Amino acid sequence: MQPTARPLSPHLQVYRWQIQMVTSILHRVTGIILFIGSLLIAAALLALASGEEAWSRVGPIAGSWYGLLVLFGWTWALAFHWLNGIRHLLQDAGWGYSIKRFIANSWISVIGSFVLTGVVCGLVYFCGGIA
Amino acid sequence: MKTNDPLRTPLKNALGLGSAKDGVHHFIIQRVTAIALLFLSIYLIALLVSLAGADYASARAAVAHPCNAVLLIAFLIAMFWHGQLGMQVVIEDYVHTPWLAVSCQLIVQFVCVLAALASVLAVLRLALGA
Repeated sequence: MQPTARPLSPHLQVYRWQIQMVTSILHRVTGIILFIGSLLIAAALLALASGEEAWSRVGPIAGSWYGLLVLFGWTWALAFHWLNGIRHLLQDAGWGYSIKRFIANSWISVIGSFVLTGVVCGLVYFCGGIA
Repeated sequence: MKTNDPLRTPLKNALGLGSAKDGVHHFIIQRVTAIALLFLSIYLIALLVSLAGADYASARAAVAHPCNAVLLIAFLIAMFWHGQLGMQVVIEDYVHTPWLAVSCQLIVQFVCVLAALASVLAVLRLALGA
């Protein structure tokens, strides 16, 4: 079967951007980011279990500019998916469906994700490596 | 599936197409793993923060601790299960070419199962002191 070539009904291009669209799209995007991140977690654990030589390569990669960028992006993706996931679970329970609350709790997911990311980065900076 | 197969009764056709009475299974497991991950991911972040910049011996000792090992394994299983369920929906929504969709689903499932098995084995290996 070929992918459909017939005209499709109007989609995203006919809508004014709204925060509810942003949270919906970001939930998927962050989900895919976290899926890739889960493979990195598995790789790090395998390196730890493989021995000191393999583990010694993890630190420099995580500490490099691209490593920090990935860690920062992963932290934000987890923060957003976590907060918006709670929002989805509450919606599953039938809570927060009025337009006003729907918009308000969308903003909580977006703004809260940056706050949580800041908190985690602050914790790593000020009390990282306490164990 | 062919729906106009003359050798199949209408009931046989319907059984292969309609509700198989387990449609909510995906929905429920997605929520159950989500609730588990709600708590387990806080734990993971706390563990990672406490280990930021730690040397090999202390990272190894932390993962080997029975409490951490059990919670880490629970986190890994919930994460890869939830990830597979989520990626399944994404593929179902955006990949419309049948052979490509099936291939993507198989790859995601195999990758998730292998990554889950390998990372759980890694934690077990550390926890059992091998």
